[in-house]
Amino acid sequence: MLFRRFSLIVYALLILIPLLVVVLTSMKTLQETFANPLGLPANGLNIDNYVAIFQEQTMAGYFMNSVIVTLFSVTFTLLFASMIAFGITRLSSWLGNILFTLFTLGMMVPAQVIMVPLYSLMLDLGLTNSLVGLILVNVSTTLPIAVFILTGFMKTLPKELFEASTIDGAGNWQMFTRVAIPLSLPSLSATAIFLFVMHWNDLLYPLLFITDNAYKTLPLALLEFQGQYSTNYPMLFTGVIIASAPMVIAYVFLQRFFVAGMTAGAVKG
Amino acid sequence: MKNSKTIFLFFVPGFLLYSIFFLYPTISALFYSFTDWDGFSDAFAFIGFDNFERAFTGDSIFRKTIGNNLKFMLVVVIFQTLVALAFAMILLKNTKTTIFLRALYFFPTILSSVSVAFIWAFVYDPSLGILNQILEAIGLGFIAQNWLGNANIAIYSLAITQVWFHAGQMLIVFVAGLQAIPQEMYEVAKIEGASKWQTFRAVTWPLLAPSATIVVAYTTIQSFKAFDLVFAMTGGGPNNSTEIIATYIYDIAFRSYQFGYASAISVIFMIIIAFITFLQFKALRSDRVSY
Repeated sequence: MLFRRFSLIVYALLILIPLLVVVLTSMKTLQETFANPLGLPANGLNIDNYVAIFQEQTMAGYFMNSVIVTLFSVTFTLLFASMIAFGITRLSSWLGNILFTLFTLGMMVPAQVIMVPLYSLMLDLGLTNSLVGLILVNVSTTLPIAVFILTGFMKTLPKELFEASTIDGAGNWQMFTRVAIPLSLPSLSATAIFLFVMHWNDLLYPLLFITDNAYKTLPLALLEFQGQYSTNYPMLFTGVIIASAPMVIAYVFLQRFFVAGMTAGAVKG
Repeated sequence: MKNSKTIFLFFVPGFLLYSIFFLYPTISALFYSFTDWDGFSDAFAFIGFDNFERAFTGDSIFRKTIGNNLKFMLVVVIFQTLVALAFAMILLKNTKTTIFLRALYFFPTILSSVSVAFIWAFVYDPSLGILNQILEAIGLGFIAQNWLGNANIAIYSLAITQVWFHAGQMLIVFVAGLQAIPQEMYEVAKIEGASKWQTFRAVTWPLLAPSATIVVAYTTIQSFKAFDLVFAMTGGGPNNSTEIIATYIYDIAFRSYQFGYASAISVIFMIIIAFITFLQFKALRSDRVSY
């Protein structure tokens, strides 16, 4: 019993100490960090770094880019994936299975496999340095997992409800918007959270397609800070906190959904 | 069910995007792997299996990256699975404390890999880092060192970071699996006088096999595909000691502009991943017990 409690505390400290150091360091000057890396900030709650990062950097711009890319990517992935999932459940089983396999095969292909041809395709289409380009790639590459999760859920919906709505004269679109979508809300929200975390934190695609500061998202901007500030940890950590804040706030309030969403992504991915 | 024609319209937007930005690049990767394309010029030549031959016989760095991938994968799979399972068993029951601790342990999962990379670069920092300072404080200063700068251990330092990052997520998968085991099974074991270890062997482990399959398979593939952490923390250094297949493909493609060769390696990468997936499901399925 004692050993159990001890292990739980050790693990909790392993999570908390690095995070606490991040918060404290973001309130220190560089000199302070070198002199006393683990101590408390001398000036207490000091937000100079936060002010500086918003003044010097185009932080607000990076933040907006991340918001735009994430919101549109999540919305369109969910919309198109739920349409496909609904379509699959409405088709005869052999055709549905073929399409299901086609769309979910993508889960097997690592991003590094498509990155070279995708890069040249994006150049040819003039979609590099463009948020629209990033959104299109995000939607296409997360479609497989979203289709997988949503099809699995929609298959469990009772057929009678769809039949009843057919008798009431509903077409496919009404059936989709009035029956399938409302009934799939639990699965849709879990998928939404999973996609939200994935797109907000994604590094690879922005790294490949974005070189212009005007279109950088937060993870890419952070990586650039590293080059710029080298080991200026106070500045880096201020960036880390700004980039993580929306996720952390959402996690505190929607914890159960986060756990459900990320687990669905892991279990079904 | 009838296949009314309008239902096919539901596939159109997704299918268009998926074909253009996913299927087409995947097929192109196969195609370019047989060429010497540099990624920019219009001209390129078909060179048959030369790229593949070069990868396996003429490229010592590539062989090294496979070894690094395996080291990283082994450490992550073993530690992540054990940590997740052990703590899932401790935090099995739903009380306020367990729910809070599960949420806390899960927390790193929601951070971006770049953020985690910076946090752990600081933990490992040879002069400022938390790790060395703690080691010195508890009298283990002789172990303290440059965790990411030492070519012999850097890959393991990265693996530990990956475990910190994702063990909490796998813990939740195990908790769900454990909670699905019917309580009667434990009662029967108790009545029959089974020891804790016997109960684990006879009840928990076989019934947990589906969750264990998921955790091991997911962790293996996730750690094999790792890119961001390595890219942001060491960039493959020092001396290629942390170069893994994913970062190597990036380097060949975007730092030395050998798109054809990078495509060939990415095809090998895809085959390895498909193979691991296949092996794992076969191996773990064979000792699955059904009741």
